[in-house]
Amino acid sequence: MTALVAGLTLPLLAAFAAIALPMRARVPAALLGAGLTLAASLWLAVVVWQTGPVTLSLGGWQPPIGIALRADGLGAALGVMTALVMTAVALAARHEMAASVAGPRAGFGFWPLMLLLWATMNAAFVSRDLFNLYVVLELITLSAVALVAISGKAEAIAAALRYLLFALAGSLLYLAGVVLTYAAHGTLDISLLAARMAAPSDALALGLMTAGLLVKTALFPFHVWLPHAHSAAPAPASALLSALVPKASLLILLRLWFEAMPDLAAPAALLTLASLGAMAVIWGGLLALAQARLKLIVAYSTVAQLGYIFLVFPLAGGDGGAQVWAAGAWTGAIFQTLSHGLAKAAMFLVAGIYLVAMGSDRLSDLRGMARALPMTGFAFALASITLMGLPPSGGFTAKYLLMTAAFASGQWAWALVLAAGGLLAAAYLYRPLAAIFARESAVAPRAIPRSWQAIPLGLAVLSVALGLLSSVPFEFLQIGRPDPAAEGL
Amino acid sequence: MSLTLFALTGAALVGLGVYGLLARPHMLRRIIAFNLIGSGLFLFFGAAAARGTGLDPIPQALIITGIVVALSASALAVGLVVALARSSGTAYLPDEEGRL
Repeated sequence: MTALVAGLTLPLLAAFAAIALPMRARVPAALLGAGLTLAASLWLAVVVWQTGPVTLSLGGWQPPIGIALRADGLGAALGVMTALVMTAVALAARHEMAASVAGPRAGFGFWPLMLLLWATMNAAFVSRDLFNLYVVLELITLSAVALVAISGKAEAIAAALRYLLFALAGSLLYLAGVVLTYAAHGTLDISLLAARMAAPSDALALGLMTAGLLVKTALFPFHVWLPHAHSAAPAPASALLSALVPKASLLILLRLWFEAMPDLAAPAALLTLASLGAMAVIWGGLLALAQARLKLIVAYSTVAQLGYIFLVFPLAGGDGGAQVWAAGAWTGAIFQTLSHGLAKAAMFLVAGIYLVAMGSDRLSDLRGMARALPMTGFAFALASITLMGLPPSGGFTAKYLLMTAAFASGQWAWALVLAAGGLLAAAYLYRPLAAIFARESAVAPRAIPRSWQAIPLGLAVLSVALGLLSSVPFEFLQIGRPDPAAEGL
Repeated sequence: MSLTLFALTGAALVGLGVYGLLARPHMLRRIIAFNLIGSGLFLFFGAAAARGTGLDPIPQALIITGIVVALSASALAVGLVVALARSSGTAYLPDEEGRL
């Protein structure tokens, strides 16, 4: 329980410190806060592993009056992934967001915003109250939008405003669903809603909340704001926006459809969600192929990679939840969430290093970068292996689990989507890889310290290790699952 | 009866807000439209939750929290519009200036 509270309060305290302390002490305080929060997230995972889900009723008030927090395997695993990405980004930002590189405004604003985002992400992973989740989503949006605009350039401000428009529309849709749910049931606690008497307005409420969350998750066709917002931000902020921010709304979506209202999961609705996911995989991949800048390729690839996760709905949702393949499909989707987060953050941090070294992220300017900065080339290649879904990476485990479930359930069309998505990823990542590993050297880039180059490499190695050591996270994710299937495939 | 009136007013506010959001590309008008939708939802929430016999304090708490959240979102949005107007001289998003 202490670990749960620490994960929520430490980043908030550090954010205050990063604003209020004298200039020299701000960055050290933020880094200390990041280290402590990482420790709290790991500690929470150990507690969940040893004793099962951790539950806390805020202020001693039980639902439906109070708000319950509950860290299950899923929430704790996402918390650890977030902590690893945040820590790596903080270490990279020490170089990249220094006031001398990024300017005094971005150098000051980045740290409190990053820590606020961290605190709200952690809250999203453990909260069990739908209105509390609305507030948390709004806070995530506010810090994310501010991170997009932090450079102060005209195009960054326009991208941030467009992002804010979509995100606010999504919030209001979600809020409308929450209002309808409360009006019908008098509670917003996920566990209490699971045991509710079905009401006629439930389908509309779930539909509104889902639509709002899809906008925030940037699922096709609501993805149009994402690539420009993610590529307009400074690279460490892009890493947070692409690797972490969509995962919060995605988790709430999973909680709604698998925990709060699984009885409403009609086949047609599940099919719609997965079809949108499939179109995101194809369309995001095709658009990534057409980009000339590394950050835009990586940002469009986020649209595609998020699409895979939505295949979980027909494979493990509704009546499929009782089948033997459900556990595999569900865990595969979470593996995709985790490995994409690690690999995508690594790619954006590499792009950030190239931007500092070359002053550009155009593919034509990045030829031969692997010779000048070998560790970054290696990190980008490892992260690409995860995104393509090649063995032995975490992305491979995810796609293998989803594909096995697709065949076992007879829904082989989703297996085709997985295969096509893998080929597209190989195609759109081939171009940056070919440029980075080209024989001829680029014009001498600025020297980058090895300790900085090692940060994305560490994340990329973790994303591959998730596949090599997949049995422990697999079991961990089953802790506190609503109806764990006895036999996985 | 008055509750129905409140709920209908809330619904009308949401409708006005959605119209403003779709029909008016000026960013300040859009922010006002978002606030109209939010206020409409909260009014509807209050009316829907007051139907029961006893007095339910939770919707009041939630509405107040929601208003605070909407205020901070509006503040950030207005700040960004001012920054946009300063840097590009217009309060429209780049590809939407043409359609007034």
